[in-house]
Amino acid sequence: MSGHFLEMRGLTAFYGDFEALFGIDLHLDAGETVAMIGANGAGKSTLMRALTGIVKIGSGEVALEGERIDHLDAPDILLKGIATVPEGRRLFPSLTVEENLLIGAHARKGDGPWNLQSLYELFPILHERRRSPGTALSGGQQQMVAIGRALMSNPRVLLCDEISLGLAPVVIKDIYAAVPRIKAVGTSILVVEQDIGQALKVADRVYCMAEGRITLEGRPDDLSRDAIHDAYFGVHA
Amino acid sequence: MITLDTIMQGILLGGLYALFAAGLSLVFGIMRLVNLAHGDLIVLAAYLILVIASVLGLHPFLAVLVAAPVMFAVGWLLQTHVLNRVLGDDLLPPLLVTFGLSVVIQNALLEGFSANSQKLAAGTVETQSLQIGSLMVGVMPLLTLATAAIVIFALNRLFYTTALGRAFRATSDDAVTARLMGIRPNRIFAIATGLALVVASIAAVYLGMRANFDPSIGPARLLYAFEAVIIGGLGSLWGTLAGGIVIGLAQTMGAAVNPEWQILTGHIAFVLVLLIRPRGLFPRAND
Amino acid sequence: MNLSSLATGRSSVMILSVVIVATLFALPFFAPRTVIQDLFGVLTLLVLAMNWNMLAGFAGLVSVGQQAFVGIGAYAIFAAVILWGLDPLVGILIGGLVAALFAVPMAFFTFRLNGAYFAIGTWVVADIARLAAGQWKALGGGTGTSLPKGTTKDMFGVDAIKHLLDVSTAAATDALTYWIALVLALVLFVASYLFLRSRIGLGLQAIRDNANAARSVGVDPVRIKAAIFILSGLGIGLCGALMFLQITRVTPDAAFSVIDWTAFVIFVVVIGGIGTLPGPIVGVAVFYCLQRLMADYGTVYLIILGLLGIGIMLFARRGLWGTFVDRTGLDLLPLRHMAPTRSGPSALPPLPATQTLA
Repeated sequence: MSGHFLEMRGLTAFYGDFEALFGIDLHLDAGETVAMIGANGAGKSTLMRALTGIVKIGSGEVALEGERIDHLDAPDILLKGIATVPEGRRLFPSLTVEENLLIGAHARKGDGPWNLQSLYELFPILHERRRSPGTALSGGQQQMVAIGRALMSNPRVLLCDEISLGLAPVVIKDIYAAVPRIKAVGTSILVVEQDIGQALKVADRVYCMAEGRITLEGRPDDLSRDAIHDAYFGVHA
Repeated sequence: MITLDTIMQGILLGGLYALFAAGLSLVFGIMRLVNLAHGDLIVLAAYLILVIASVLGLHPFLAVLVAAPVMFAVGWLLQTHVLNRVLGDDLLPPLLVTFGLSVVIQNALLEGFSANSQKLAAGTVETQSLQIGSLMVGVMPLLTLATAAIVIFALNRLFYTTALGRAFRATSDDAVTARLMGIRPNRIFAIATGLALVVASIAAVYLGMRANFDPSIGPARLLYAFEAVIIGGLGSLWGTLAGGIVIGLAQTMGAAVNPEWQILTGHIAFVLVLLIRPRGLFPRAND
Repeated sequence: MNLSSLATGRSSVMILSVVIVATLFALPFFAPRTVIQDLFGVLTLLVLAMNWNMLAGFAGLVSVGQQAFVGIGAYAIFAAVILWGLDPLVGILIGGLVAALFAVPMAFFTFRLNGAYFAIGTWVVADIARLAAGQWKALGGGTGTSLPKGTTKDMFGVDAIKHLLDVSTAAATDALTYWIALVLALVLFVASYLFLRSRIGLGLQAIRDNANAARSVGVDPVRIKAAIFILSGLGIGLCGALMFLQITRVTPDAAFSVIDWTAFVIFVVVIGGIGTLPGPIVGVAVFYCLQRLMADYGTVYLIILGLLGIGIMLFARRGLWGTFVDRTGLDLLPLRHMAPTRSGPSALPPLPATQTLA
């Protein structure tokens, strides 16, 4: 494999007999922020689940710094430094905000930039609400907890699955304001979004997916609105 | 007839039932698994304590310190190699596997120890009693209830103040997301079942010191334990203690009227509580 | 396997079944009495197994309290004969009816409990019934009672059979109880088959396989499940009355034995293939062979049975019959005859609308 930090080649995935991914090629360089956009059902979430070991990969390979990780189980993938902000946030309802954050550090070995203190600086509201049950928070605050929880493992790669889903535009803006701070400590970020606007603002590079295939790749500035539109809706040129 | 003494006896008996039930409650709370072999595992632990006590010449209270780690290992292995394979959306496989296990343990004990009754010799403590007000209270029943309270307090501390407890709760909430946090649910479940069998060993030492036991008595202990868990509310440990006391009280009161009615009144109390409060006395909010 | 050879296979199975059933009915005319007694045991176990398979395998009701119905059936027939002086055959019917009647409040209570808790809930109720039977002083309380000598001799039909077969009274009694057990097993089997292929039966299987599908099917799961639970009370009650008529002695512990009337039954169904119609038959056959081979080993036999059940659940969840069907694709008693072979992305359960009513 070539020298990309995180690289996927020819990735396929199935739900029973149903093929959800058809040979995905994708890469992420160190410190890069990449957005993956696509409509509902395009296969973005399946891609995330395959990458994090929740869905079994059919064929193809995934490598982190040249080391194959596609056969690993979800906890081992986290240990390799890939943390996830899952779709729908999925906070643990019987844990408080602070416990939700701490559980993110469950498997952490060494130190890093992120700990309770630095996360409370990033999202001050969470400090205020730290003793509340995670699920008692507003959607935006819950999303902050989910991001913080993933950061607590001090990952090298952060995967964000639909972090703007179901949130008001003003809240989405607040959440995305954290991305440059995360980037600043050298973390590579893969953002999966239906919301094209925010994703394009923070991304160094963009992929577009439709019907389980990559339909477009490029730098946000180089891509025309029409090209993105066609790729997003799976219109074949 | 029913006197203050009867009520005291009932509450103290509840301590024993809470000990039977705590392991069941723990395992159910974490992995929604109902272990139909729980009663037989308690009896198995009692025989293990009996063997350790007689071979090493130890008092049962010391023998249980040797038995508990062994039972932890039994629980760990059982969960890792058998129960983890059958956990899932389908309720049938875990039920049938634990039911099979119950039959296997009972008959293996019968084969190894015969149907003869056994007892753990506790020495003078068996007959000692304390004067509390106008009541004479046996030291052994008092110790049982105190132990039950301590065990449940300790399990609660573990659940709500430790990293392991946090992982228990997170896995119970959402095992898939827990895996994304680096938690291995199968390992968490193995620890939980191991712990449940440590509690079962503690229950076993009191079971064996207070009365005779033989290989066939497991299923009845499972029923009392189950009744305590349900009455208390699924997944609530203090509720389980309360549930144990309800069953203990009902049985003792029934027995005071007619000794043949002891078990029957316990069962009937269970049915009544459930008809009035289907989710038990202290249901957990998010179940 | 192509369709025509499958059809040939099915019609030969049909012919074979008719021959077997006819032979079973004719058996008392020429077979020795011990064979009849053995087969009586096999048939009654089969009745219990088919009932439990219906509950757990099709209706999703994993009950560990079926011994309640056996015991109630047994106590009802003893009461009918000893206390009310009725003919034992009437007693059998009363046994079934009383058990079905008891199933109503039992369902009302246990249906509040979900899944695994339903299992122990039914067990508690069965234990209540056992303890209550022990309080019935007129029938011997905790130590139980026996049928008066000659009860079965005077039973309706025994005399006729005695002359027909030219055998002793005892052998005629055995033949009569055997025929009743055979009829009970056959009726249950055919009724199960017809029910499972009916619209409601297919809906029930859809519920088992996929709760969401059931909603669109438009069946009310709770009502059907309650109906099955009560009918199983009837079937098991009849069977319990019949078995204890043959045993002639009843005690609470024997009549409400969880090992004899529920544990064995569960293992039979699990080994044979839970949720398949022929599963109980296969399971009973295996069980009978094992029992024959290992009867002398007592507890070891039970240990092996338990381990076998656990092994099946771990490695071949659909039991011997289910695994056979999965491996060979040979389903001789298909419950979904119109359903195409599973293919394509969505393996949806077949909709009843596309099924012919059986």
